[in-house]
Amino acid sequence: AAGMFLRLLSDIQWRAAYPKWRRMTSSQRSTSTAAEPHPVSLPAQAQVVICGGGIMGTSVAYHLSKMGWKDIVLLEQGRLAAGTTRFCAGIVSTARPVSIELKMAHYSNKLYQQLEQETGVQTGYTKTGSISLAQTQDRLISLKRIASSLNVMGIPCEIISPKKVVQLHPLINIHDLVGAMYVPEDALVSSANVSLALATAASRNGVQIHERTSVSHVTVQKGRVTGVETDRGRIQCEYFVNCAGQWAYELGHSGEEPVHIPLHACEHFYLLTHPLEKPLSSSLPTVVDPDGRIYIRNWQGGILSGGFEKNPKPLFTEGRNQLEIQNLQEDWDHFGPLLSALLRRMPGLETLQIMQLVNCPESFTPDMRCIMGESPTAQGYFVLAGMNSAGISYGGGAGKYLAEWMVNGYPSENVWPLDLKRFGTLQSSRTFLRHRVMEVMPLMCDLKVPRWDFQTGRQLRTSPLYDRLDAQGARWMEKHGFERVKYFVPPGKDLLDLDHSKTFYKPDWFDIVGSEVKCCKEAVCVIDMSSFTKFEISSTGDQALESLQYLFSNDLDVPVGHVVHTGMLNEKGGYENDCSIARLSKRSFFMISPTDQQVHCWAWLKKRLPDDSNLIMEDVTWKYTALNLIGPRAVDVLSELSYAPMTAEHFPSLFCKEMSVGYANGIRVMSITHTGEPGFVLYIPIEYALHVYNEVMNMGQKYGIRNAGYYALRSLRIEKFFAFWGQDLDAFTTPMECGREFQVKLEKGMQFLGQEALLEQKQNGVYKRFTMFILEDHDTDMDLWPWWGEPIFRNGRYVGKTTSSAYSYTLERHVCLGFVHHFDEKTGEELVVTTDFINQGEYEIDIAGQRFQAKAKLYPFSSLFTQRRRKDEVELSGYQRE
Amino acid sequence: FYLTPPQVNSILKANEYSFKVPEFDGKNVSSVLGFDSNQLPANAPIEDRRSAATCLQTRGMLLGVFDGHAGCACAQAVSERLFYYIAVSLLPHETLLEIENAVESGRALLPILQWHKHPNDYFSKEASKLYFNSLRTYWQELIDLNSGETTDVREALINAFKRLDNDISLEAQVGDPNSFLNYLVLRVAFSGATACVAHVDGVDLHIANTGDSRAMLGVQEEDGSWSAVNLSYDHNAQNEHEVERVKMEHPKSEEKSLVKQDRLLGLLMPFRAFGDVKFKWSIELQKRVVESGPDQLNDNEYTKFIPPNYHTPPYLTAEPEVIHHRLRPQDKFLVLATDGLWETMHRQDVARIVGEYLTGVHHQEPIAVGGYKVTLGQMHGLLTERRARISSVFEDQNAATHLIRHAVGNNEFGTVDHERLSKMLSLPEELARMYRDDITIIVVQFNSHVIGAY
Repeated sequence: AAGMFLRLLSDIQWRAAYPKWRRMTSSQRSTSTAAEPHPVSLPAQAQVVICGGGIMGTSVAYHLSKMGWKDIVLLEQGRLAAGTTRFCAGIVSTARPVSIELKMAHYSNKLYQQLEQETGVQTGYTKTGSISLAQTQDRLISLKRIASSLNVMGIPCEIISPKKVVQLHPLINIHDLVGAMYVPEDALVSSANVSLALATAASRNGVQIHERTSVSHVTVQKGRVTGVETDRGRIQCEYFVNCAGQWAYELGHSGEEPVHIPLHACEHFYLLTHPLEKPLSSSLPTVVDPDGRIYIRNWQGGILSGGFEKNPKPLFTEGRNQLEIQNLQEDWDHFGPLLSALLRRMPGLETLQIMQLVNCPESFTPDMRCIMGESPTAQGYFVLAGMNSAGISYGGGAGKYLAEWMVNGYPSENVWPLDLKRFGTLQSSRTFLRHRVMEVMPLMCDLKVPRWDFQTGRQLRTSPLYDRLDAQGARWMEKHGFERVKYFVPPGKDLLDLDHSKTFYKPDWFDIVGSEVKCCKEAVCVIDMSSFTKFEISSTGDQALESLQYLFSNDLDVPVGHVVHTGMLNEKGGYENDCSIARLSKRSFFMISPTDQQVHCWAWLKKRLPDDSNLIMEDVTWKYTALNLIGPRAVDVLSELSYAPMTAEHFPSLFCKEMSVGYANGIRVMSITHTGEPGFVLYIPIEYALHVYNEVMNMGQKYGIRNAGYYALRSLRIEKFFAFWGQDLDAFTTPMECGREFQVKLEKGMQFLGQEALLEQKQNGVYKRFTMFILEDHDTDMDLWPWWGEPIFRNGRYVGKTTSSAYSYTLERHVCLGFVHHFDEKTGEELVVTTDFINQGEYEIDIAGQRFQAKAKLYPFSSLFTQRRRKDEVELSGYQRE
Repeated sequence: FYLTPPQVNSILKANEYSFKVPEFDGKNVSSVLGFDSNQLPANAPIEDRRSAATCLQTRGMLLGVFDGHAGCACAQAVSERLFYYIAVSLLPHETLLEIENAVESGRALLPILQWHKHPNDYFSKEASKLYFNSLRTYWQELIDLNSGETTDVREALINAFKRLDNDISLEAQVGDPNSFLNYLVLRVAFSGATACVAHVDGVDLHIANTGDSRAMLGVQEEDGSWSAVNLSYDHNAQNEHEVERVKMEHPKSEEKSLVKQDRLLGLLMPFRAFGDVKFKWSIELQKRVVESGPDQLNDNEYTKFIPPNYHTPPYLTAEPEVIHHRLRPQDKFLVLATDGLWETMHRQDVARIVGEYLTGVHHQEPIAVGGYKVTLGQMHGLLTERRARISSVFEDQNAATHLIRHAVGNNEFGTVDHERLSKMLSLPEELARMYRDDITIIVVQFNSHVIGAY
C-alpha cells in the first residue's frame, strides 16, 4: 500500500468504529494506549507471507484463510488500508469490457454486499446503480457490447434513453447525450472499510496481521521462495504474495533474483465537495461520463468526482522518492479540463462549495489489465497488483482467484489475460513503463475499438527485415514487444489517420487485406513471422524425447524430419500452450509456440523437465527470422531458389528439412503455413534474413509474389476453422472440445499430462464445443462487425461466446469462432454437448444488442478450398492472437 | 461584429518577422541568438517603422524602431538611412577609402549592411540616388577628417543621428528638380520621427535614443523571476532632465511657453526628433521653403502653421542620448518598442511576459483551496482564465506578436481576453487611433553562453 503521506479525508474513524478488529490487534500488543504501540514480534516462519495491507492483500488473506490455509502473515508498512485503498473512490462497477474482469467485479460486488453481515464491520455498502453515458453513437455501441455481456451473465443491465437518465439522476444535463447504460446493481462502498472487514474476517480465521512492518526483500533459493526479510526480522515462508500496489515493481526488483512486475504509478485526482443545500441522496446512482473522462458519485450529501485526463502525470519512475511524495498536492490547473467536464455534465453544481482536491496515485499496467499469478522465475512468489484504478471493483474476485491459484494450482477461471507471465523482462524497463502508462491512463476513458494498437513503447523487438518492410508500406502492430505487420498499404494509397480509423464497422483496410488474401490463394505471399517463440530441446540420450512425450499430448516419437502439432496440456487436459514441434534429430526437437508464450511456456517446461544437466532447453527465438511463404506458387519459388524438388512427393506437408535457399545454407524449411493454405515456413539464421528475403522476392516476382500481413493470415485461418491459443484456446479448453482428438495420442504407449482427463472426456463427452459460425444476414458494409466476446444464442437461448472472428473473402461472409455450451433449461446445469445438439440448433450472434442469424459448422468447408495437396494430411494448427 | 480566433491571429501575425543568427558548425558564436519583431497599425497607413541589419564591414548588429508623426515620410526615411550613417561612422579609415575608390572607379561596392526585412518593409527606389549622394558626401568628409583615432561607438551613433537629421534638413532646403522627389524631401523634413536604436557587438550594447520610444532589458534573477532594466530615457515632458535641458537652451522669457500641456511649445509630445523642421528652422526659412514648394505643401494647413511663441529656434534636436551596457549572462533579452506598447503595459509585465514566453516556463503560482470558501463555478472561471494565459503563449511563434496580443487584449487580471482582443482589432480605422497607438516591437534574444564566456 502507499505510504501515509496524504492528508486524511474526513476521517472514517475505523479504529474507533470497529472494536472487534481493534480488540484482536490490541490484544496482541502489550500496550493499548494511542501512543506508538509496542509491536508484537514477528513469527519466525509461516506458510504464506503477504506484503501489503490494502484491498488486494486483505482480500488474498481473506480468501486463503477461507480455503483452509491458516499459517498466514500479512505485513503492512504503514497502517491497514492506508494507501491507495484509503483514497480510492469506492465505486464497485461491473461495466468492464474484458470478460474475466467483469467476472471479478461481479464476484466482488456479491462479496462486499454480505461482508458487513459476515464480519460486523460497516462497509458502507450501498447499491446505487451506475449510469454510463454516451455522447456519441460509437460510445453507445461500446456500451451496448458491454450490456450484452452483462445480460448473458445474469447481471441486470439496460440501455436507456437520455430522458430515462434524468429520471434516475436529476442533476445530469442530457442535451449532448445519445443514450446511456444503466447497471442497477453497481454499488458504492467505503473502500478502506471493506479492506478492514476482510482483514477482520481473515484474522478471525487465524491470519496474523502486522502493521508498520516493511518488507525489504524476498529470498529465493534454487528457484523457490524461502523467506522474507523485513525491518523487524526475517520470516521463513513457502509462499510470498506481493500486494504492494504501486510499490510492487520496486519490491519485485529488491531481491537478488528480480521479479518483473510491470506497473507504474500516475497521479490521480478527484474532487470532494461540501453537501448540497439539499444534500444528495446516498442512493443516487454513480455517473460515468467516459466522453468527458469523468466519474461522479454521491459523497456525504455532496459529490466525489474524478477522472482520467489526457495528460497524466506519472510519478515514482525512479522508485520511491520522498520529494515526489511531498509534492503530491492538489493541482487545480491539471484538474481544470475535468472540472469543465463535470460542470458541463451537471451545470447545477456551479455554486457547490469545494472541500478538497485529492491527489491519490494509482498504478497502471502496460496493457490496462491487472497483474496476478506466480513469478516465472521464483516458485511460490505470487503477485496481485496493478489494478489500473479499479482495485475496489476487482479486489474481491482477484483475491479469490489468486487464493485458488495458490491452493489448487490454478484458479477456477481462465486468467491468462491477467497472468504475470504474459509479460517478460522486456516490459519492465522504467522508461517503457513511464511512456506506456501515459498512454494507458487516458485509454481508461477512450473508446475501445477492435484492433487497437498501443502507440508508445514500440519498435522494441523487430525483425531484421523491419526497415525493408516498412519502406514497402507495412503497417505495424505489436505483440510481446515484437513489431508485426498488419498489412501493406500499396503505394499511392492513403489510409485514414489513426483516430479516424477507429471504427466498429468495416475498416479502411478491408480491400487491402482482401487483395493480400487473394494473392495467398492464387499466387504466393510472404509474411514475416519472426515473433514466434522458438525453443530447442536436446539431450545426450533419450531424455528429451521421454520428457516431451510426457509433457505433450501428441506422439513425438516420429521419424526425424517430421513436424507434429500438439497441445501442451495441464492435468485437466486444458491447453497451456499449442505448438508445432519438429524432430530435428533423434535427440533434439525444435518447438514453435505463440509469441506471448515466451515466458509462460519456458516457466512451464522448466518447472516440469527433469533436473538433468544432459537435457538442455534453449530459447532460440532471437536466432531465427521466420518467413511464411503462403500460396500455391510457394513451391515453385522455393524449388527454383534451392534447386531441390519441393513437390508433395519429395516434401510432404508437416515436414522439416535443412536446406539451402539462394546462397544461404542451413535454412530450416517446414511445410506448414499456420493457415491451411499450401506453403512453407523458412526459419532463417538472422544474418541470412535479408539475403533470403531478397532472393525470395526477386524469384517470386514472376509468380506474382507480394508481402502480406497478419490480418490476411487471420482471415485465412479463421475461415479454415483454425483455433489460436490465447484467443480461442486456453487452459480450460481441451483438444476434445475443439475437434482436435487427432492431435492426442491416448495410446502412445506412455502416460502424458492431461491423459486421464482426456480419457474421461472421451468416454463421457464434452461440455462445450468449438464451433464455427457463418453470419447469414450480416451486411459487411452496413452492419457492425463482430470482434470477439459476442454472445451466441441457440434457439433463442444463450449458449456461449465467440472467441474470434474475421471476414472470409472466400465465403464473402463473416466467420465467428466460439464455444457452444448446453445449459439445462430448468436448472442451468451444464450438460454434454453432442454433435446433434450443435447441428440441430438455430443460431444467432449478438453484436452490440443486434442479433444476426448464423449457421453453425463443426468442420471447415473443404469443397470451397481447392489446392489441397494431400487429402489425408489436414494441417490444423495456428497460434497468435490478434 | 466579432473576429474568430483565427481571424485575430491573422491580423496579429500579418507583420511578424523573425531572424535567427545563423550557426556555424552547429554553434552560434554571436552574442545575439536572433530577434522577433512585429507591428500593429492603428493609423492608416501605419506611421511606425522598424529596421534591423547586420554590419558587414564592422562587427555588430543594428536594430531600431521609429515612431513617425505628422505622416510616415520621416520615419520611413530614417528607417532606410540611419543605419547606413551609423555603419559609415563606425568604419575605419581604410574601409572608407576602399569604398570611395570603388565608387569613384565604378567598381562593385563592398556591402555595408545586411538587412533583415519583412516583405512589407520597403525602401523608396526613387530617392535612393539622392540618399546615396548625401551619404557619400558624409563619408568623404569623414575621410578628409581622418582623425586616426579608433571609432568610438557612442560618438559614431551621435554623429550619425545628427548628420542624418542635418541631411534631411538640407535636402529640403535645396530641393530637387524632380517634382516627386522634391515633394518627398519636403514631406520627410516637415514630418517627424523618433528613433530608438540598439547596436550590439559582443557584450557591448549601445542604445541611442531620440524621442519617446524605449529600450528595455529583460533580466532573469537567480530565483528565475524576471525584472526590467531601462536602457533609455523618454524624451518628453515627464522627463525632468529633458524639460530642464530645453529650458536651458532658450531664454528665460520663454520658460512658460516652452512646455505647455506636456508638449513642446504646446504642440509636440517628443522633445527630440528627426525632421520636424517646423521646430528647427527659422520662420523666414520655413516661409520661403513652403512658398517655393509644390502646391500640395502650400495647401497643407499644418506646414503653413507656425508654432506659437516661436522666438529662438531650433527648439528640437535629433541628437540621441546614448547608454552603454555591458551584457551579463542574466541579461536574456532586449525589447525595443514604440510608445504604443509602453502606454498600455508596464515594463515589469513586459519583462515577465517575454521572459516566460522565451523560456517556455509559465510561472503561475499553484492554486490551493486551503480554508477558503470556493465554489466549483468560481474555480472553473479561475482555471479557464489561467489556461487562456498559457494557451496564448502557445499560439504565438513570435515574442513580439505575443507581447502585442497582451498589450491589446489584456483584461484587468493581466490575462488575454479574446473578446477584448477581437473588439480592439475590429475597430474601424477612424476609431482605432483613439483606443490605441501604432505598436512596433523588436525583441532581441541574447546568447547567454557566449556572453558568459566573455
